[in-house]
This record gives sequence, C-alpha cells and structure tokens, in this order.
Amino acid sequence: MDLMEFQAKELFAKHGVPVTLGIVATTPAEARAAAEELGVVVVKAQVKAGGRGKAGGVKLAKTPEEAETHAEAILGMEIKGLTVNRVLIAPAASIEEEYYFSFLLDRANRQYLCIASVEGGVEIEEVAKTNPDAVRQIPIDPGTGVDEAKAREIVADAKFPEPVAEQAVTLVQALWKVFVEEDTTLVEVNPLARLAGDVLEALDGKVSLDENAEFRHEDHAAFVIREEEDPLEAAAKDKNLNYVKLDGQVGIIGNGAGLVMSTLDVVAYAGEKHGGVKPANFLDIGGGANAQVMADGLHIILGDQQVRSVFVNVFGGITACDEVANGIKGALEILGGEATKPLVVRLDGNNVDEGRRILSELNHPLVTMVDTMDGAADKAAELANA
Amino acid sequence: MSIYLNKDSKIIVQGMTGGMGSKHTTLMVDAGSNIVGGVNARKAGTSVELGGKDLPVFGTVKEAMTETGADVSVVFVPPAFTKDACIEAIDAGIGLLVVITEGVPVQDSAEVFAYLEGPSNHGATRMIGPNCPGIITPEESLAGITPHTIAGKGPVGLVSKSGTLTYQMMFELRDFGFSTAIGIGGDPIVGTTHIDALAAFEADPETLAIVMIGEIGGDAEERAAAYIMDHVSKPVVGYVAGFTAPEGKTMGHAGAIVSGSSGTAQAKKEALEAVGVKVGKTPSETAQLMREILESR
Repeated sequence: MDLMEFQAKELFAKHGVPVTLGIVATTPAEARAAAEELGVVVVKAQVKAGGRGKAGGVKLAKTPEEAETHAEAILGMEIKGLTVNRVLIAPAASIEEEYYFSFLLDRANRQYLCIASVEGGVEIEEVAKTNPDAVRQIPIDPGTGVDEAKAREIVADAKFPEPVAEQAVTLVQALWKVFVEEDTTLVEVNPLARLAGDVLEALDGKVSLDENAEFRHEDHAAFVIREEEDPLEAAAKDKNLNYVKLDGQVGIIGNGAGLVMSTLDVVAYAGEKHGGVKPANFLDIGGGANAQVMADGLHIILGDQQVRSVFVNVFGGITACDEVANGIKGALEILGGEATKPLVVRLDGNNVDEGRRILSELNHPLVTMVDTMDGAADKAAELANA
Repeated sequence: MSIYLNKDSKIIVQGMTGGMGSKHTTLMVDAGSNIVGGVNARKAGTSVELGGKDLPVFGTVKEAMTETGADVSVVFVPPAFTKDACIEAIDAGIGLLVVITEGVPVQDSAEVFAYLEGPSNHGATRMIGPNCPGIITPEESLAGITPHTIAGKGPVGLVSKSGTLTYQMMFELRDFGFSTAIGIGGDPIVGTTHIDALAAFEADPETLAIVMIGEIGGDAEERAAAYIMDHVSKPVVGYVAGFTAPEGKTMGHAGAIVSGSSGTAQAKKEALEAVGVKVGKTPSETAQLMREILESR
C-alpha cells in the first residue's frame, strides 16, 4: 500500500526523521485557516502519484487568501487519473540545496538498496541520465541492515557536504528505522532539503507498506482512506476477495493469480474479434470455490454497471470441479433475481466430468459451458458484445 | 532423472499437524512421496496418521533429520512463523526447503535469503518459494501441493511463477509428461529463480525441452532470457501472464505488479523472443508450440 505524503511524514516523525507535518485540508476554507496559523505556506495535492508539482498540484501561498485560492484550484483536480480530495498545507521552507534519498527493495538482487544523491532532489531522474555517477547506489545486506557505521559509509559515499554530514548520519539511521520497523518496500525522501542555517529536513515523503506484514502492524489500517478506494475494490476487500477493478465489459472469476491474469489476457485477445470488449476485473477466489465465496464474487462483479457477461474460469487442482459447479449453483440460488448477466463457465481438471454434469443438469438459462479456456473467452466476449 | 527431487527424497513437513499441513501431507503420501515425519515443538514425541501412514512428530528439524535421514522439508507454517521455520531448517542443513506459505512479509524473505547466501548456510540448502505450489517429479515424489494426478513422467521440464498455470500447462501437455515441474512462487523475493531451474533442467538428461511461465513484475524473465542465450541449448517455450494488468496494481501475487514502465508482460515477451524463445499468446498456444517441438524430434 502506497502512502500519501502526509501519512509518510507521520511515519517519519514517529521514527525521528526531521520533518514538518503541516495541516491537512479538505476544503479551501480549511486551507485558509491552516495558512492563517502557519504563515507563508505551500499547498500540496495529496494523491498517490508522482509529478504533482509538474501537474500544477503544488503552489506557494504568501497569504491565507492565496492559500484558499490555490486549494480551490487544486482540490478536485485530476493528477494521473486520481482526483485530489485533500491538500497538505506545509510551512514554506527556505531551501539552500536539494538532495535525494531512498531505501528500497531490490528485487533483482534479492536485497535492499540505498539510492542517494546530493546533486538535486526533484530532478533526480534527469541527474541519473546526465550524471549517473552522482546518483549513488549502495547495496544493503538484509541480514545486517544499516547501523551507524553503514550510515557513515552511505553519507561519505553520497558526499553529503560537511556542515550537514553528521545530521545526515542520524537521519539515515532514522529513515532505516522507518524502512525496517514499518515493513516497507520503499522509503523515499525527495527532496531532502538543506535549509537555511544548515538544517536537514525531509520536505516530501513516499512510503510503500508491505501488505503481507499487516498482521504485525495493526496501526497501518488507519492509513487506509476509504473514499480514495474504488468502491467495488473496498467492498471486495471486506469480503476477503482478491479483486482489482478494470475498465471493461467481461467480468472474470478464476482460481489462482496466474490463471486469472492469463484469463484477462485471453479475454482481451478474444475481445478484438467482438467489438473490442475487454476484461472488467481481476478476481481470484483461490481454493475457496464454495457457494458463498462464488456468490460474494458474482455480487461484486455484477455491481459493476459496465459488466455485460461473466467468465468463470476454474482449473480444478486441489479444488474439485464438482465443488465449483455446486458453488456456482448455490451462488445463483443466493443471488436470485440479482443474477441477470450471462455466465460462461469453463471447468477442467480434478473431477471435471461430475462438475460438468452438475451444471448440465442445472440447465440454468444464464449459464453456458464451454470446454476450453480460449473457446470460453471467445463466448464470453461475444455475449458482452451482443 | 529429474531436478531437485526424486523417489529417494525423504521428506519432512514443518507444520504437518495444521489444517493445510495435514491435508497436503495426506495428498503427498497419496502421490507416492516418501514422507518420513513432521515438526511441531508442541507435539514432539507424538505421531499422526495421514494417508494411511503413521508419521512421527519431532521437536526440531535437526532431530527429525537425525532420526529419519530426511533431506527435504516442506513448510506450511503461517506467515508470522515462516522466517523462523526457514532459519531453523537452514541451520539444520536441510538439502531442499520448499516453502508453500503465502503472505510472508517480503523483509522476512529478504532476511532468509541473506541467511541462505551467508556463511551460516554452508551452501547446503536450496529454498523454493515462498508462496509457491512446490515441486513435483511425477511418479516419483511431490513436495508441495501440485495435484499428482494431472500428468505423468515425460520429457518436459516446467518452471513457473504461478501454481494454477503450472497445473493448466501440465494438463495441456499431459500426453507428453514431465521430468519435473517446479513452481518458484509469485513473491518479489524467492529462493529459486527461473535461471536456477533452467540451469538444472539443462543439466538433466531426462529433460528434453523446457516450458517457462512468467508473469508481470520484476525482471526475472528478462534475466532468464539473457541466461538462455548463453547457457541453454535445449528448446525453451515461454508464456507470460498479465498483458492487461494496469500499472501500480498488485494482481493477486505480491510480486505481480507493473511499476512505471518496468515489469510489463510485453517487455518480458520481447526479451524472450529476442533470444529465440517462442512465446505463446495463451496457455494453449504455448502448449501447442511445445507440442510441435516434441513431435518434430
């Protein structure tokens, strides 16, 4: 889960990273009130996307009136498809220099990586192209992590200027605490600023939390902002369903992440022949193909007004196809009149004959069985285009 | 022959007495695996009957290995305890550690991997997973949850990030059969990579051709392509899932995410095709490509 800037800064403060929290506002009036309290401020759009400044989502306000005007313009703005629902009102800082700093999971090398540069913060991507040597990449051994000695090595390698070097050593260790103690996959400070008087401060923050580690971070649940989520995705999460909303017409239910991803692709190819229809969602019901799980899944998918047909694609591995067939049968009973869209079902694998027999016997007007994945995808796309 | 697992493998199960553990231990016994016991500190000294076999429960992996000669451990313990279970097995010097558990925090996996690479391991342990279906050498042994009834022994080596796509591909090519099918897992950090499996299949005389299944996220497939170019002489057919996945969304597997422009299915497909690997658009087309290779032999 990616955090917004103001949330990342809360975690920074918790672990002793120098940061100014500011005030979050959801209306222009709140922005004005915050500016009256803080003085000269920066009004910053809070969305989980980069390039907020370039999109016009970050503005300096010298007066409370200006803060209100900027908030008015920024709230409701779309940045990379995301609507801005809140702004962070942060005291304006007098920046001498901007640096870049991050810790991240290095998948390719199966370790962690520190990336640091004193040659410019927000323009880091440009620096990486024009002067790659200035962007230092320092591997971190997950077994030993970052202690004071490692922090000193990082600070020396990145060539933090002498007046702020000691502060940087402390700051690097504090950011490391954010990285490991909060179970993150990314902690990024951009810019890390050297303010007037040689004071280091994190002026922005990006943090990605590992959802697999939620069981040991109950406090992370507070970072979920319900209204920022897709309503269908939020409803699916409540039912413990692994659902991702997409922009298409063919609803998808399958078992196993890989098979479901593959199903989306196969439907998209089939759609090319049927008016360009596309998959409407990702939904993996895993091994739990019982009637209630199937009904919950169908309920979410049918809640998507764009959906014109549904493709249920199950390969019975451990799950037997007769259980899946009974799950579909039971789900149709549970849903009753709510089930209005055609259902194309492809079953294969464990106990497939019995599964197909159950569905043939059911002879439900909405259900079409097709034996192969490609054939079923084609049928589902055809029905979505009818 | 086969890779990593054969009929002589002696398997213990960490978490054998739990729900998942007991269910799948029974299925492994049914598959013909030589399961020799389980580990649960709180139930040490007892035994459990699973799949018609009376299986002893030991207090530690070390003790289980000493008493039974086990060289493989399959891990079903919950995510919160997986790191410790893995470290214990590595300390005991287990040869093959198959971690089925889904939902392990990635920093735990990173620490386990660092431990595997560090001096404590002596290079003795190979880890597969986490978040994987495990490994099957059909008609010999199963260490994991892959249904043993899908396909029998044959010339195809299969390596995949996904469980159900492994099953689907085994089903499509069941008339040819498999030397070994290995699911390496869908997490950002896994113990055995596509490259490891490709190297092992290349060295295995029974494997005549290889199917490699990838998905969005990371660059394991691109790296595998580079490896194939220099080191694999056997025919390889590829499949990549997730062409329609949007950027920034995790698609079921923790590792299946397109970040910015990296980790896309298109990039992986192009990297594989650039080194002469034929890549199917769908699982059935991929199977068909492999079929043509095997039939032209």
